[in-house]
Amino acid sequence: MAGISIELLLASLMVAATPILLAAIGELVVEKAGVLNLGVEGMMITGAICGFAVAVETGSPTLGFAGAALGGAALSVIFAVLTQLLLSNHVATGLALTLFGLGFSALIGQGYVGVKPPSTPQINLGVLSDIPFLGPVLLSHDLMVYLGLALVAAVWAVLKFTRTGLILRAIGESHDAAHALGYKVVRLRFLAILFGGASAGLGGAYLSLVRVPQWTEGMTAGAGWIALALVVFGAWKPWRVLLGAYLFGGVSVLQLNLQAAGLKVPVELLSMSPYLITILVLVIMSADKRRAALNAPAALGRVFHATT
Amino acid sequence: MIRLEKRPTPSRMWTALTPLVAVLATLVAGGLMFAALGKDPFEALRTIFYDPLFNAQFAAYSRPQLLVKAGPLILIAIGLSMGFRAGIWNIGAEGQYIIGALAGGAVGLAFYPSDSVLIFPLMVIAGALGGWGWAMIPAILKTRFNTNEILVSLLLVYVAEQLLASMSLGLLRNPQGGGFPGSRNFQQYEAASNPELFAGTGMHWGVVAAFIAVIAAYVMLTRHLLGFQIRLTGAAPRAARFAGVIPTRLIVTCLGISGALAGLAGLFEVTGPAGQISIDFNSNYGFTAIIVAFLGRLHPVGILLAGLLMALTYIGGELAQFMLGLPAAAIQAFQGMLLFFLLAVDVLTNFRVRLIKREVA
Repeated sequence: MAGISIELLLASLMVAATPILLAAIGELVVEKAGVLNLGVEGMMITGAICGFAVAVETGSPTLGFAGAALGGAALSVIFAVLTQLLLSNHVATGLALTLFGLGFSALIGQGYVGVKPPSTPQINLGVLSDIPFLGPVLLSHDLMVYLGLALVAAVWAVLKFTRTGLILRAIGESHDAAHALGYKVVRLRFLAILFGGASAGLGGAYLSLVRVPQWTEGMTAGAGWIALALVVFGAWKPWRVLLGAYLFGGVSVLQLNLQAAGLKVPVELLSMSPYLITILVLVIMSADKRRAALNAPAALGRVFHATT
Repeated sequence: MIRLEKRPTPSRMWTALTPLVAVLATLVAGGLMFAALGKDPFEALRTIFYDPLFNAQFAAYSRPQLLVKAGPLILIAIGLSMGFRAGIWNIGAEGQYIIGALAGGAVGLAFYPSDSVLIFPLMVIAGALGGWGWAMIPAILKTRFNTNEILVSLLLVYVAEQLLASMSLGLLRNPQGGGFPGSRNFQQYEAASNPELFAGTGMHWGVVAAFIAVIAAYVMLTRHLLGFQIRLTGAAPRAARFAGVIPTRLIVTCLGISGALAGLAGLFEVTGPAGQISIDFNSNYGFTAIIVAFLGRLHPVGILLAGLLMALTYIGGELAQFMLGLPAAAIQAFQGMLLFFLLAVDVLTNFRVRLIKREVA
């Protein structure tokens, strides 16, 4: 246990939390609009390989992340067309997206196994990054860590203070009422789904370009599903999602450190701990039926068909 | 301008036709994908769908494989379709499949090297119970704590995979295996093995169980009260409650059935075609079965046909990998595409497409 330093632990916690944070904040917007996209895992892994491939081919991690966002969004277009225009079941379509994404990413990724991606630079704030403790923990990461935080703040502000946010929430609560008021339900949901796809793609690319950094088939290993659980855990509130992401980031970093420190607990038990803790948290969050029902958008997962 | 008009009742014609349309569309899109990979699309499609069954050179090996691969897919999909019909989403069949194999396999290994005829039936029961128990976790969390069964059942797949790794490296490892991971080989342990019943057919007990499941599911859905309750809940959940359906009981039953069937599939696989409990004996049947269930329109007979078709893509995919160097992942993407097209054309079952001229006000 002596080998674990709090400073390093907290610093790597920020890094470990970023992929699920990005994916979860995107999914939060999607669910706030009343759409349940279970394809997060598929969009993440597609983003992971798109970002990886673009970054390797161009040598630029920035372009890689842009490619990842595009890749994730492109996959989410399929979901949007199926659920919004062809009125398919959200759950089934989301599963299809995940199954397809896993196969498709493995297909593109064949030539990239074992390749080393260009490294993503960390920001340099000069003196600030040298502040003891705070410097290494908070101020010496790459830009994506801060982009994730900025995205949480932006989503919170847009949902809470802007007209667009209000309409988005209205659509998620009652699409029929919103439609009757003249809001473009399908158009806004389409855009929300695209945003969710791009965010999930970024999250996936953060895994393949920074956190691991490497490409292996199925490398997201359930991160997309944990992101989905985070939205429930966060009760569809952006800052709570951030808190949840840091909690899970902490758990996954801690279990890796414990594995490395050679703790007398089976490795497999430590590896399954993030999933078990996710389940436990889900149970606690949804145990109170009335509160859980209040938090969830009322039209979540319901198909919208305008009759007039 | 195109408008969709809700049909009063789903069209029977389109219910039957949509899987065919989806398969055709997938063949076209798949052909384009193979062409994009630099393979001759016609040759690729022929290798996947025709050669395994009719090519004199490969059919002798491939034909029996059809039942070997279709058996677990059908068995799992039948269970899943019960829940899916009632809006209960068990998507963690892969985990239940692994745990069924572990539980049943462990019972068999505990009696090694007994030659009692009771061993195999005992393993079958343990396998079903293992899968059932694993599915009871999301069921009870759902009914007691209102936890989303989709997320819990799926997250448990990753837990089951870690458990499988731990077991095949530790507790269930073959003590005479020279330190290699993996359990004893069931094919060399007669009392616990699940051999081919008729040489050259691929028929083993798992396939028999799959056929029994198809018939039982058909009878249950059309003749039994439980089947009626499942169909009613799927069509109108509120009406179902007034008709006396207890949602909690239905959730526990549906998840229990699908878990037990997935567990059975795992046990038959591990004692038969796979041969031993090893880290990667599971070949994603639990996830592919979701596609099978939808492709079969959640109907037992449909699932039987869909399972055979999906098994063919597995076998043909392997053949194409071997003959044309087509990547294995291409088949996985192909299967995913099939589900997309299926969901897309499904709109025709429930809606009528109307072309309307824009009226001038």
